[in-house]
Amino acid sequence: MAESARSFTRPAAQPFRQLHRFHGGLKLPGHREITAATPIRQAPMPAQLVLPLQQHIGEPAECLVQPGDTVYRGQPIARQVGDISAGLHAPTSGTVLAIEDRPVAHPSGLQAACIIIETDGEDRGGKTATRVDYHDLPLDELCDRIRAAGIVGLGGAGFPTQVKLGCNARPVKLLIINAVECEPYIACDNRLVQERAAEVIEGVRILQYIVQPTECIIAIEDGMSAAESALRAELARGNDTGISLTRVPEIYPSGGERQLIKVLTGEEVPSQGFPADIGMICQNVGTTAAVYNAVIKQQPLVSRIVTVTGEGVAQPQNIEALIGTPVSQLIAAAGGYNAHVDRLLIGGPMMGYAVANDDIPVTKTMNCILAVTRDEMPAPPPAEPCIRCSKCTDACPADLLPQQLYWYTRSSNLDAAQDYNLFDCIECGCCAYVCPSHIPLVQYYRHAKAEIWTREQQTRASDFARQRHEARLERLERIKQERAARMAKKKQALAGEDDSGASKKAAIQAALDRVKRKKEQSHATTKNTENLTAEQQQLIDAADKRRRESSTQSADD
Amino acid sequence: MLTALLALGVLAALIGLVLGYAAIRFHVDSDPVVEQIDKLLPQTQCGQCTYAGCRPYAEAIAAGEADINQCPPGGEATINALADLLGRDPKPLNPEHGEHSEKTVVIIDEQVCIGCTLCIQACPVDAIVGAAKQMHTVIRDECTGCDLCIPPCPVECIHIVPLQPRIGNWVWPQPGEQDDRQVVHG
Ligand code: SF4
Ligand code: SF4
Ligand code: SF4
Repeated sequence: MAESARSFTRPAAQPFRQLHRFHGGLKLPGHREITAATPIRQAPMPAQLVLPLQQHIGEPAECLVQPGDTVYRGQPIARQVGDISAGLHAPTSGTVLAIEDRPVAHPSGLQAACIIIETDGEDRGGKTATRVDYHDLPLDELCDRIRAAGIVGLGGAGFPTQVKLGCNARPVKLLIINAVECEPYIACDNRLVQERAAEVIEGVRILQYIVQPTECIIAIEDGMSAAESALRAELARGNDTGISLTRVPEIYPSGGERQLIKVLTGEEVPSQGFPADIGMICQNVGTTAAVYNAVIKQQPLVSRIVTVTGEGVAQPQNIEALIGTPVSQLIAAAGGYNAHVDRLLIGGPMMGYAVANDDIPVTKTMNCILAVTRDEMPAPPPAEPCIRCSKCTDACPADLLPQQLYWYTRSSNLDAAQDYNLFDCIECGCCAYVCPSHIPLVQYYRHAKAEIWTREQQTRASDFARQRHEARLERLERIKQERAARMAKKKQALAGEDDSGASKKAAIQAALDRVKRKKEQSHATTKNTENLTAEQQQLIDAADKRRRESSTQSADD
Repeated sequence: MLTALLALGVLAALIGLVLGYAAIRFHVDSDPVVEQIDKLLPQTQCGQCTYAGCRPYAEAIAAGEADINQCPPGGEATINALADLLGRDPKPLNPEHGEHSEKTVVIIDEQVCIGCTLCIQACPVDAIVGAAKQMHTVIRDECTGCDLCIPPCPVECIHIVPLQPRIGNWVWPQPGEQDDRQVVHG
């Protein structure tokens, strides 16, 4: 093993960790047993795949294919634009049908640009890559493979992974691998770890090798014992002492990056900062497995595991589907809807959003499809006035003052809301969950955030318009000045001559000659009146006649 | 060779002089209040306020010649911001200047455009590209929706279009104003 290229001694894992507690949070019924015990099932190959160009935070990818192109599995079909972005790959072989707007998973219900691929069922791949030992690869190459595979955080946020890794920009003291499910009902990470512990651990080793942290922890939740033993077995097999496994209590939202860091280390990520600011990196286990696939198998991210659950589906289970598979097909694979289904949510019960239609594609960040019945998740009763009970404040895991945020947002005092750290709100929904007045608090915050972003966008646009307007005024003025300067010069030149008038006359004559020459020339270059048909010639003659008549007429009166 | 060099030199000197003169002549002693007011105006440059653009209107407000409720594109938000800045009471938009409406942009029907360049000359933010006898087009991202290019067009090929709602500019509705989205299945 050519470890010499990048020597890295794995630190010994700490046997015991003192855990901490984050502020607030909730003990919620897990609802995970429903799907955590059944194996991951492969979704059938859909006839069409719909791949939105934006499935991540940052700039949308730029399409590289055209309708009619044939693509093979893993072929790049859209590339990243700028630093914070991620490319897309064809999940299977087929033909590009169109690049057009289609409904996507978004709370607005709006459409977005997608690449539509008609699958051919052959699943032809490109060249098969030779397996490599990642220690042999230079760091750049490792990072590049992760980047080229289009990997984004699979926990839900979808931040491009290579950016998060920072590829060795800053020293990292702690690498956290997050296997804590983010919300009730969701069990896709749990199943992944149970079934593919080897891939996950190998992925962790690669990440460890890239960022060279002082310490590396895989965090799992109480009650994930099957997953825990799978990981322990794998760690023991590899005789890996550099990676420790820590169980954290089941308190929602321990799966949140900031909350998990607090639980494991007692440290706080600064307001509006990133874990990297305090020397930490947090990666989801799903992402880790994707890194393994990208680096070792050289396979881009083209599928993911989705928890399809809720009392609204017949057979809740975890399903691995190609990115772009319609949600309706996953529902079908899970036995279809039950009679009492009421609402379809994308994401979990706390942070997910309702969609009106299941004709939307699976994306890289879609971890859960939740079909609920009315009994299971009754519609919230109408909101009543805030009684200032401060239960929301007690529940807020981000240590904010939800009540204040609510008042300021309602009164459109967005500056004040921002001063109260609106942007640190992780939209976990704890506040709304405990609110005795049933105020849809999170929706107020989402509205306020979007409103602030819109304003910022508008300010940028109007600054730009001002610049363009000023530049235009300046340009017009400059042209005017230059013209004036030219005129002045000419005048001077003419005045400077002796006033006999001869040279003036000569100059005028020369100018007239120039005009005449130009006229002749331009006449010679009008070509479209040659080769006229008799009919056209007639029309022209008639027009000329009319013109002559009208001019004599106007001369007459 | 020498004449060419000389000519170039003279040209350079001349242009330098012009630019230098322009820099002095058009140097504005930036008035902080005007600056601040101008920052709050939407920079549509449409002239509906009866001034030649946003900055002249800002100057007029600062000089006490114009009221703060004359900008229809800015609407209530701008009036409130101006009232806040100047310590005055907000008031409703003066209907003489027009109504507030959502931002629009224009498009040029490229099949009809005759390439007269009149719209280019009217556009205050250089958002139209084209040349004499060539087809013109609007740079959508830079169009402020001032509609100043519409009257000069001799063939009426410039049309107002609403900005399509996109995921990128969608705003979560305030509770109470949202639609009741229910699952449609089967
Ligand atoms: S929990 Fe609800 S009622 Fe209580 S203070 Fe918070 S917003 Fe007000
Ligand atoms: S949604 Fe925001 S304000 Fe409410 S509890 Fe969660 S982090 Fe706090
Ligand atoms: S293109 Fe027309 S509407 Fe748009 S900014 Fe220019 S003049 Fe105004």
